[in-house]
Amino acid sequence: MKNSIAERVNDFLKNYPPFNLLKNEDLLKISTQVSIIYLEKGDTLFKKGDSFNHHFYMVRNGGIALLHTTPNNIQEIINISDAGDVFGVRPLIAKEDYRLTAVANEESIVYGIPINIFETVTNNNAEVYKFLITAFATNSYDPYTAEETGKIFGDYLPNNSQDIVNFQTANYTKKPITCKISSSLKDAATKMSNNKIGCIIVVDDHKNPVGIITNSDIKNKIATGLFPIETPVSNIMNAPVITSKKDLTVADGQLQMIKHNIGHLCITKDGTVNSKLIGVLTHHDVLVTLGNNPSVILKEIKRAKRTKKLRVARLKAKTLIKSYLEQNIPLSHIVKLISQINDAVTIRAIEIALKKMPTPPPVPFSWMAIGSQGRKEQLLFTDQDNAIVFQDVDEDQYEDTQAYFLELAKLVTKSLNKIGFEYCEADMMASNIEWCKSISEWKSQFSSWILNPDDKAILLSSIFFDFNSVYGDKDLIEDLSNSIYNALDESALFFKFLGRDALKNPSPLGLFKQFVFEKNDEEKDLFNIKSRALMPLIDAARLLVLSKKIKGINNTSERFEKLAEIEPNNKELYESCSYAFKALSKFKTKQGLLHNNSGKFIKIESLSKEEQLKLKRCFKPISEIQETLKLRFDLKNFM
Amino acid sequence: MTFNWPFKKQPEYPDFWLEYLNCFKNKNSTDIDMSRFIAFDTETTGFDRKEDRVLSIGAVSFVGKTIEVNNSLELYLEQDVFKAETVKIHGLMKNGSLEKVSELEAIKTFLEYIKNDVLIAHHASFDRNMINEMLSRHGLGKLKNKFIDTGILYKKSLHIIYQDNTKPYTLDYLCKELHVPTVDRHTATGDALITAFVFLKILSRLDKRKHLNWGYLLNR
Repeated sequence: MKNSIAERVNDFLKNYPPFNLLKNEDLLKISTQVSIIYLEKGDTLFKKGDSFNHHFYMVRNGGIALLHTTPNNIQEIINISDAGDVFGVRPLIAKEDYRLTAVANEESIVYGIPINIFETVTNNNAEVYKFLITAFATNSYDPYTAEETGKIFGDYLPNNSQDIVNFQTANYTKKPITCKISSSLKDAATKMSNNKIGCIIVVDDHKNPVGIITNSDIKNKIATGLFPIETPVSNIMNAPVITSKKDLTVADGQLQMIKHNIGHLCITKDGTVNSKLIGVLTHHDVLVTLGNNPSVILKEIKRAKRTKKLRVARLKAKTLIKSYLEQNIPLSHIVKLISQINDAVTIRAIEIALKKMPTPPPVPFSWMAIGSQGRKEQLLFTDQDNAIVFQDVDEDQYEDTQAYFLELAKLVTKSLNKIGFEYCEADMMASNIEWCKSISEWKSQFSSWILNPDDKAILLSSIFFDFNSVYGDKDLIEDLSNSIYNALDESALFFKFLGRDALKNPSPLGLFKQFVFEKNDEEKDLFNIKSRALMPLIDAARLLVLSKKIKGINNTSERFEKLAEIEPNNKELYESCSYAFKALSKFKTKQGLLHNNSGKFIKIESLSKEEQLKLKRCFKPISEIQETLKLRFDLKNFM
Repeated sequence: MTFNWPFKKQPEYPDFWLEYLNCFKNKNSTDIDMSRFIAFDTETTGFDRKEDRVLSIGAVSFVGKTIEVNNSLELYLEQDVFKAETVKIHGLMKNGSLEKVSELEAIKTFLEYIKNDVLIAHHASFDRNMINEMLSRHGLGKLKNKFIDTGILYKKSLHIIYQDNTKPYTLDYLCKELHVPTVDRHTATGDALITAFVFLKILSRLDKRKHLNWGYLLNR
């Protein structure tokens, strides 16, 4: 019987070794017996220690990462196989269990080649086996080559936040900025300024460190008029420098600094002043390694040159949240801090992306955070929600301009993803052509949502109305905001739609004060704290703030606090809403940290009676605010 | 003991049909990962279910994410109805060199292949209707299998704000969106394989906790 699929498999295999060495009729025998395996990103094909199976593999589409597991259980990428590469050959060569793990590095299709058939048709074909043994040798783990590949794939290697915090070897700056002993102070200062650093090392002709100049030297010796700016660096440098060997621990580094009362330690090849400078350990480096100080994290973010560094910094922030929650620091403070860190990460990611672009932006633009990031309510890593607004351009320029910003947005969203912010499931990101527009396009977009409200428009409004400029031209955002409030004057219907949306989830405090569980089978015992408790409050606050024309406050609890201020007769309700929102967010965050997820679904049984009571107490303001909305926006007949 | 209604004559079904019906006495696996799915496609002489005929049936089966090449089905049918204008689409000529089977033989092989497993097709109602017509021409009942339509499933899998009723969600469109290479497009087996990939890719994009259940997959 004809088998078209086998023919197509055959067409592919015959282009690649070792199959290109086989006779066509032999190859066809193999092709009819192939398994086609679809793998999602992250799917495991085989694991270290799995007993060998009856196939070896060739990548058809995508890429498969081969991972080595170190004795302390860290996975290192050894190789990534692309289309046409064979892997998983160990069972064929050695009939042994797998020593490596194969995981889809991206969405992939893999052909599984049955070993017994392959062996019968290739029996003693020396050339074929030579190829396979070479492939086997390249992919099998070997500590000498791993050092090499470790560098190549360094960016992909997973980092554990715990490891970073407990890191014991000092992580010093490896390419310190230096100047020659004959340079002028002005040149040295220019170098420091260009590199945004606070110190420069003076080296002699052998690259040995002979002195150091810091910001405070410039302040104390130049700005006071003691020396002219043209003075040679040798006149004002601090000498000699304190040096150390490269493998010193953080604790050692700190001790040296305290002992000599210095902020910088020069790392040299043999640890003495008479050898080549290879790095500088600053007081800042020590603090960074030791960890959890928000200002240190922020500084680290601002200095990061690569996405990987941003990732490390953001992971530290997560540890920070954990310890803050344990110390019972007020949630509003934690939230503010984390939004600052999230904003800083985004800003830095944009700056790094801008450097990668071939030209500067053609017109001013602003990067907007929307949704929860726009409301500054993110605690744990959540989806990315963002958009770009750029200045108007001539019609014939529009496409190119938009293309530029889409390209930029792709770079940014990709690096945010690498840092740990998942892509938005609904693709509400600046890299989507729908959410990357000029100011006029955005204005008409918003006014069409406001003037022609329907369910879709309301759904989008609930995300986009909480926009907040993170980077770029703030005037654009101000302009957009004003035009929205003008449009709001013309539509009472819009408020009704928003009101209906805010009431779509009935208050979780059911008739018999029982928890209302999710109907879906798989979520039977789970309570969705986000949609059932947090969203009604978020939606209500947004609606009230829009109707009162309160500008510039995006955070839900702050919105309620502002409302309490301007509506004294409802002060109590608004304040309890604000409180409930904070308490619920804290609850969600703690659950999320506990289970290492978003904390959205809560298993009610797992809560203590006290926690259950606390949770229920937060539900009362939800039902009260929903009643208020019903009256105020006359929603009884609109539901 | 069976009671035969005296005035209505029980049709004499061939064994393969009774065997097919018998399959449905067994319960399917409740676990999606362990279930066998059949993605299939038909090439026909046209779109009229009464007038037009099935020229070719292609199907692939898979459990989990693995498609076995030697367990695919590729049938070419002898048919008297012939329309020159559709040849350019499917490439099947009246007197081509392909080995052909009778319609009844094709039905038999197809039913043995699909058993009681869940069928997947793109714009499934068309293929279902064509097969059902074929069955009724031979005095058999309708297909009893559960169906999943990749067109409907894809649309449903989109976030509500991106669902677009004006888009036809053709197989070509889905391939483009989901990056499925369109090799052997418009051959029954080729399209069956493409449909299988499309299905697997949609599954991979679904929220595993919320959507990966039979209720979501089978409901219209």
